[in-house]
Amino acid sequence: MAHNVRPSGYSKFAKKQTYTRRMSTRKSRAQMLLSERGGGMASLLLVILVLPLFLANDYHYDVAVNIGINAIVVVGLNLLIGYAGQISLGHAGFFGLGAYTSAVLTAHYGLHGLLALPIGALGVGVLAYAIARPVLRLSGHYLAMATLGVGLIINIIISREAWLTGGPDGMYVPLLEVFGTEVYGGPMWYWIVAATLLLAVWLSLNLIDSPVGRALRGLHGSEVAAQVAGVDTTRYKVMVFVISAVMAAVAGSLAAHFSEFVTPAKADFSHSILFVTMVVLGGMASTFGAVVGAAVLTLLPQFLADFADYEHVILGLIMMTVMIFMPKGLVPTLAALARRGARRTAR
Amino acid sequence: MTTPLKTGLMLAGLAIAALGLTVSAPGAARAEDDPIRVGSFLAVTGPASFLGDPELKTLEMYIERINQAGGLNGRMLDLVHYDTAGDANKARTFVKRLLEDDEVDVILGGSTTGTTMAVIPLVERAEVPFISFAGGVSIIDPVKPWVFKTPHTDRMACEKIFEDMRGRGIVRVALISGTGGFGKSMRGECMTVAPRFDIEVVADETYGPGDTDMVAQLTKIKNAEGVEAVVNAGFGQGPAIVTKNFAQLGFEVPLYQSHGVASKKYIELAGDAAEGVRLPAAALLVAEKLPAGDPQRPIVVGYKTSYEAVYGDGSVSTFGGHALDGLMLYKTAVEAAGSAEPAAVRDALESIRGFMGTAGEVTMSADDHLGLGLSAFRMLEIRDGDWTLVD
Repeated sequence: MAHNVRPSGYSKFAKKQTYTRRMSTRKSRAQMLLSERGGGMASLLLVILVLPLFLANDYHYDVAVNIGINAIVVVGLNLLIGYAGQISLGHAGFFGLGAYTSAVLTAHYGLHGLLALPIGALGVGVLAYAIARPVLRLSGHYLAMATLGVGLIINIIISREAWLTGGPDGMYVPLLEVFGTEVYGGPMWYWIVAATLLLAVWLSLNLIDSPVGRALRGLHGSEVAAQVAGVDTTRYKVMVFVISAVMAAVAGSLAAHFSEFVTPAKADFSHSILFVTMVVLGGMASTFGAVVGAAVLTLLPQFLADFADYEHVILGLIMMTVMIFMPKGLVPTLAALARRGARRTAR
Repeated sequence: MTTPLKTGLMLAGLAIAALGLTVSAPGAARAEDDPIRVGSFLAVTGPASFLGDPELKTLEMYIERINQAGGLNGRMLDLVHYDTAGDANKARTFVKRLLEDDEVDVILGGSTTGTTMAVIPLVERAEVPFISFAGGVSIIDPVKPWVFKTPHTDRMACEKIFEDMRGRGIVRVALISGTGGFGKSMRGECMTVAPRFDIEVVADETYGPGDTDMVAQLTKIKNAEGVEAVVNAGFGQGPAIVTKNFAQLGFEVPLYQSHGVASKKYIELAGDAAEGVRLPAAALLVAEKLPAGDPQRPIVVGYKTSYEAVYGDGSVSTFGGHALDGLMLYKTAVEAAGSAEPAAVRDALESIRGFMGTAGEVTMSADDHLGLGLSAFRMLEIRDGDWTLVD
């Protein structure tokens, strides 16, 4: 019977594939560390462990912590932009919402910071889900416009509801307390943010390597083709949107406690653009690219601060140059170069 | 070694190298004749640049003057400035940089209340004197040991208006305010201080920042029982529209504007409708009109002439004046303390008496880190398209 043939043939094929994969896994068990995933994680961990040796004072730690906080958001956003191929111009809104939830709940209602953080993340997750259902039916410019609108609305609410949020002048946030000690100062925050970043990167890598990740890449390539192949595209898009929004909210909560002060600027449009730029500059569809993008764009203004008037010109030039000569972003381009170089030496 | 790890390590190396570059050698012990390092963070670009730009220009101009005249106690002043673009997060990072990397002796700046408030915990912990150029009353109320500020507050503007009203026998007022940061803050302050002047607020209307017509709100005010004067708290275009609508509706009671409209632009926008409008403003606005015997006259005329000589006629603003006051307060304190040592300067700042600046006469104390009296504001009336002093 015709319809019996396909399943058996299919299972045979699948078995064969599992077999070859198991073989290759055994061969490379020792090289696990050297795979894209393991190697990347290992070098990120190495950077995080070695970096404090070079951080001389609180200002250096401040920059490092800001890089980490931005990187958490950008790793999440990269899932959405780089893998699912959807654009969000409103992620600073989620970041700001996370920050303000922590700020308001701890400052006005005396809630513990560690409790306020998951509440903020959950709230943003629910909001993102509610928005994503209708919004992610849109695509291209329409989706960008819709997320832009969401970000703007959040920003306006934060600026206007001064009785709750302190309005445009911002509000103080109590220090975060963990196990009875107040988290204060660069080094403590460095390790907290570093651990969160590692977790975010690990989650992101696992997601990409899972069936969900494959479905997402299919989605990015061609939504119609993915649908034909039986991928529930809307479900995956919504899922990734929610995950990335929650990651932004967690980063926002950490940022609020770290800077002890929040202003609506955390949620404004230019901040959203900055996040997207970090994804694109570092390299779309590259989790480590996202981390590098966040690092470069957080560090550059600090280097260029001494050039005062020319700061924006130089920043713009660097970004144009990178985009023209490395359209895939920093990390994928450099990785390809290194691979080519290695092949040449091998020959 | 396979390639992914190699590239990973290469990137790691790059990242470390990049960060390594920021690390500077730890500062050697400072000699007594080294320059005094003045740190500053201002919103020179971005939406608040109308504040930061004249502030920075003023600081640069007057620091050069002080240096040409031989410096402070024989030490030159060295200005380290970073642009915050009005972003509180950037302000925090830059102030850490000023404190930790540049090891400044004093911090002048913070163009906006937000950027100022964000860095207060840092300067308090680092114990470095900090003089802010921002408006908010929350900066100095409650008093923080190391934080001072130069500009008058919204509360003082309300008090000045109500004082003038009492002089004219006005008791029942209507309030119309913008919902932007400035209007909102001033509305709150006016509500708080009104009872102290026995002023009764009988109507309270608001308008959005982008509104182009306030006839509806003003009609409601007109219909309210026994309104004797209208106060408009706002900034930018809004107050000019309120003024025009006010004239169109044929109100017979006086209209008071806030110090937020104290610029020639307002008179241009409101045109004839602005005739007879009163507002509290800094003396700088009417520098040349101050009577010859006024103790503030030489200060404001001097600043106006020097600034406009460089940047053109009509370029002077009260914001730059706040920066000048901050710098001069610091100069006075260092000279009084005989050193730039932070704790000594802080104590000297707190005991400044009768300092005359562009904002008015400053007398600091342990529980007043602003030190301005109501005399800092001048009540102006617009007559024939120009400012005239009322008192």
